Amino acid sequence: MIKMKKIEKPLSPHLQIYSPLINMVMSIVHRITGSLLYFGTAILMVWLLCIVSGEAAFNTFQSVFDTLIGNMVIIGYTWALIHHMLGGIRHLIWDTGSGFEIENINKLAWGTLIGSILLTIIFWILNYILC
Amino acid sequence: MKTSLNRVRGLGSAKNGTGHFWAQRITAIANIPLTIGFLLIIFCVTGLNYYQNVELLNNPIVSIGMILIILSFTYHMRLGMQTVIEDYIHKELLKVSMLILNYLFSFFIMITSIYSILKISFGS
Repeated sequence: MIKMKKIEKPLSPHLQIYSPLINMVMSIVHRITGSLLYFGTAILMVWLLCIVSGEAAFNTFQSVFDTLIGNMVIIGYTWALIHHMLGGIRHLIWDTGSGFEIENINKLAWGTLIGSILLTIIFWILNYILC
Repeated sequence: MKTSLNRVRGLGSAKNGTGHFWAQRITAIANIPLTIGFLLIIFCVTGLNYYQNVELLNNPIVSIGMILIILSFTYHMRLGMQTVIEDYIHKELLKVSMLILNYLFSFFIMITSIYSILKISFGS
């Protein structure tokens, strides 16, 4: 077989060429929250393991997450959960073939961002009041 | 001998067809009610002590729900991370290694978590 010479083909403009648009940013954030949740599942596993291991292990877990950083991790985890869920619903809507008009794309993207932040705030305010 | 076109026809070169796509969507749909349930559990467990945590997980609705959450979450996250690795890692050996690690990590989380839930709810 003749060895093909590698031809320098022109590349289409990629991400860094465009100024950020809200739907593009939410698409990237969807990936980031997905990746965060991937490792966050390890926290869920450790929580369950600590309960299995007994009261001492559980209390250690509690004291680690009772710190400022620990609280921020848990709040961030719930935000990532909500954001990824709303972003997922947005993708499922698109899977039906609807919602592709520019105004709807922008509405859904903003809704994902604002909705996730609002729901996270409401979640933790209610939690603070009730628990 | 197979031509390139013949190789990708039918179920495609990975021989999995649209299996990944469907599993990803089914777990995505399942994850909507499961995430809401999981958020409720997180909401309830904050501020609970050890015995109250055990008691909560002794509730069959909570423990069955937690097992479903773990199964669907770990399946979905494995598929998602697989896509991320395939998109961004282009060196073949590193890519395959990370895909294997992805499988092992997800299965480890799944099995350890389900074992823990069962042990708690059957009375450890």
